[in-house]
Amino acid sequence: MKYVDEFRDRELASNLAANIRGEADASRRYRFMEFCGGHTHAIARYGVADLLPPNVQMIHGPGCPVCVLPVGRVDMAIRLALDSGVMLCTYGDVMRVPASDGLSLIRAKALGADVHIVYSPLDAVKLAIDNPQREVVFLAIGFETTTPPSALAIRQAAQKALKNFSVLCCHVLTPPAIMHILDAAEKPEEGTVAIDGFVGPAHVSVVIGSLPYERFAAIHRKPVVIAGFEPLDVMQAILMLVRQVNEGRAEIENEFTRAVSRGGNTVAQAVTAEIFELRQSFEWRGLGEVRASALSIRPEFETFDAERRFDLTYRAVPDHKQCECGAILRGVKKPTDCKLFGVICTPENPMGSCMVSSEGSCAAHYSYSRFRDIPVVAT
Amino acid sequence: MCLALPARVVAVSGVEMATIELGGIRKIISIALVPEVRVGDYVIVHVGYAIGMLDPEEAEATLRLFAELAA
Repeated sequence: MKYVDEFRDRELASNLAANIRGEADASRRYRFMEFCGGHTHAIARYGVADLLPPNVQMIHGPGCPVCVLPVGRVDMAIRLALDSGVMLCTYGDVMRVPASDGLSLIRAKALGADVHIVYSPLDAVKLAIDNPQREVVFLAIGFETTTPPSALAIRQAAQKALKNFSVLCCHVLTPPAIMHILDAAEKPEEGTVAIDGFVGPAHVSVVIGSLPYERFAAIHRKPVVIAGFEPLDVMQAILMLVRQVNEGRAEIENEFTRAVSRGGNTVAQAVTAEIFELRQSFEWRGLGEVRASALSIRPEFETFDAERRFDLTYRAVPDHKQCECGAILRGVKKPTDCKLFGVICTPENPMGSCMVSSEGSCAAHYSYSRFRDIPVVAT
Repeated sequence: MCLALPARVVAVSGVEMATIELGGIRKIISIALVPEVRVGDYVIVHVGYAIGMLDPEEAEATLRLFAELAA
């Protein structure tokens, strides 16, 4: 596939690995956080970690929308599906996110709830058109990539004057989450992690551009390199970060120039601003309440807001006591630090959210890297 | 969740919709977020929408960067 295969080339990967080894200063450590689950997945799937010298360490960030969705939000959707009898649709990734009382949306479906997986918000709107006698609720999650499609779905529903369609909006924002991690990193007593630079989001940056990251470089003096989701993109970004650290620079650089501009996709930004407004505060699994880090539906479109339509209130629910998802999402712990990992928490039966989506740190490590943890013994 | 794939636009049809092809598979998607799209362009497809376009020259430049030998 064009623009995919070339960016997975083995020989180019060896060249990049040699360059990283050559340029990384053996006398110091490099700790880089890849914010996105997409990068976490690429690093695990293509064995990028094995190609890096031991003093270049990748820390997984919280950029996995399924992982950061708190129990209380999933509970709201489950209650709607089970108690209010709505037709609830959402992305496939959300189906197995653990919620209260041992439930998840897929278990609610097994109990008789009418839960549908959709590929696109367009499919949710179509379900509402085809089922005028039913209330159709779209559980919308995701970062800045999935937000414009949700906005367009609401705009379309408004144009068609649909009376039976609403959205349970759980859209979150990338820059406040990165800011939160950087702010926390400066207060070491809170059990945080030291970070020397960030691999910046790929497709989120297609939408928002590189401009919003310029604040971090200025305030926190941390380098950011925006990178595509293919393995060679990640490796090139690591090389660029090593160079910035060596030269004492803290700049926003863009490796993903084939798709990311400084200003981003202005059409997508405009439709997002038309339909959504900033939410005062939103709870993230792992990060807790983060101010101005999420979106809600503007009052002009309140008939399409499931929270208002069904008078829903958010109730915070703690995670499973032994689940380390919170610390893993902050980069403080690794999946293997969790007692539940691979024992009772597996992709088939996730106890924590990081084991659900293929881009969650735990699921990525379980699927591609768990045998690396076992030392090879000659017989 | 933010995963998206580059696909070639093979037809622009109807209101803000286009047919894309990826590895032999065709699909109809929305191009409402990239109205400037033309047949032959590569777009980044995410949840049924093109969210951005691919610049072929920049892609070539990045591939050349990967091949640079250590200084």
